[in-house]
Amino acid sequence: MINLPRPGLGRLLVTPLLVAAGLAALYLYVSLTPARLGDAFVVNQRFILSRLVQHLQIVGISFALAAAIAVPLGVLLAQTGPALRAPVFLVANLGQAVPSIGILALGLTFFGIGTRGPILALVVYAVLPILRNTIVGLDGVDPGVVEAARGIGMTRLQTLFRVQLPLASPVLFAGLRVALVLVVGTATLANFIGGGGLGDLIAAGSVDRPHPLWVGAGIVSALALMLDWGLGLIERAVTPRT
Amino acid sequence: MITFEHVTKRYGDAVAVDDISLVIPSRETVMLVGPSGCGKTTTMKMINRLIEPTSGVIAIDGVDTRGRDVVELRRSIGYVIQQVGLFPHLTVAENVATVMRLEGWERARVRARVGELLELVGMPESEFGDRLPGELSGGQRQRVGVARALGVDPLMLLMDEPFGAIDPVTRERLQDELIALRRVVGKTIVFVTHDIDEAIKLGDRVALYTPDGRIAQYATPAELLGRPASPYVESFLGRGRLVRRLGLIRLGEVDLEPAGGARPEVTVEIGATLRDALDGVLRAAGGRVGVTDGERLAGVLDAEGIRRAASTPARGEGGG
Repeated sequence: MINLPRPGLGRLLVTPLLVAAGLAALYLYVSLTPARLGDAFVVNQRFILSRLVQHLQIVGISFALAAAIAVPLGVLLAQTGPALRAPVFLVANLGQAVPSIGILALGLTFFGIGTRGPILALVVYAVLPILRNTIVGLDGVDPGVVEAARGIGMTRLQTLFRVQLPLASPVLFAGLRVALVLVVGTATLANFIGGGGLGDLIAAGSVDRPHPLWVGAGIVSALALMLDWGLGLIERAVTPRT
Repeated sequence: MITFEHVTKRYGDAVAVDDISLVIPSRETVMLVGPSGCGKTTTMKMINRLIEPTSGVIAIDGVDTRGRDVVELRRSIGYVIQQVGLFPHLTVAENVATVMRLEGWERARVRARVGELLELVGMPESEFGDRLPGELSGGQRQRVGVARALGVDPLMLLMDEPFGAIDPVTRERLQDELIALRRVVGKTIVFVTHDIDEAIKLGDRVALYTPDGRIAQYATPAELLGRPASPYVESFLGRGRLVRRLGLIRLGEVDLEPAGGARPEVTVEIGATLRDALDGVLRAAGGRVGVTDGERLAGVLDAEGIRRAASTPARGEGGG
């Protein structure tokens, strides 16, 4: 079985503290350096809050969809041989290999302006890491333990939920966390096709207009770190110690 | 009672188990022994249908196992495999409770039974209940595995090389514990091993496999050592089979010479084995030992008497 290090309690406090320090520094920077003309249109509480909510919606929906597709698919593929896996991985790899901006354009042609295009692109993007880690995690479970579970009379589903998934969960969660961070960052591209989100803030900035740029990038980074941290907490609660 | 009737298991062209017929009587311990890849484990896994036979019938107490629900069948048979079989993410107590929980036992009943079983295998719950398998030694894990298998008090136990990966000293102790446990719980046990000495020590009967999936001989340990059915069996038994057999034959099963004259200086109890008697003969100046049945002198034995007893089938072994 693959063993990933288990986050300690002390380490759990590090991320929120760092994020808070970073946001504080960002706030100081914005309030102490002069704003350029027009900055106030985007660097204000209402605009930032509305884009943050949009961003969270896009991230939440696409991550949930990706997980809902990739985890069950991974569970199914883990029972099969390489013959079935190869084509699925080909498609999933393609989702990662094609530039996200390309899929975004594809989303635009399907759904037009709005959040549905970016959600499609992000789902395609996030499926691979979750799928791959679900399969690797389940493959890594000692076959002797699985056979013991069957041998003492667990049904297939009982074996899956009581033995295989708990033992695979560190690897499975690693995939989910990678996907989540990817989605948070990539969701900024939604701006390109009018999807909204924190990308709007970043796009409003430029070299000689640094405030929106820094605020947008800073909040996206903080969001990515905090969501990853939150998922880490769930992982901690769900993963059994071994 | 488990019966195999002309059971064969093929994988493509390869034959794993070749037309085996076998009767495993209730409450006996039957050892399946042979070189690796001989089909002994396959035979065992066909009993709880982890492997389905290609042809033939396996019946438990006369009922064809194929007619039974596979999950219900497995829960009615205790299963012990090499130490990997414990769930590494569950505590010792949770591991032992697994089958009881699957069967929907009430919490209080589960707790009482878990405590009882861990006590039985010498791993008190107060000390070991909350530990994880990774925190136990190989021998301790094996004891937990046995406790788990005994969970819902099945009539049968399947044991797949349970002591295979354990150091010789601990293995010997676990074997002795199993013998003691068997007296308490009285189960039908099918035990797979590649160790012929383990088979002879633990088995009421031994099924010795050929490398190509057939049974070369199915007999009691004493009969196997006394009258190997073929040169293959003899070579598998290894050197000194008659010496080893001495330890299996009780003096009560042996024809003694009538006691006459002076009482021999060295005596052994009638419950002892031929091996103990031989030890006495080697120590006694006159080369004779007296066999006592309580205070009474039941007879005497000398080296020739031991030789005769060792090389002929014991009484009740179906001579001829």
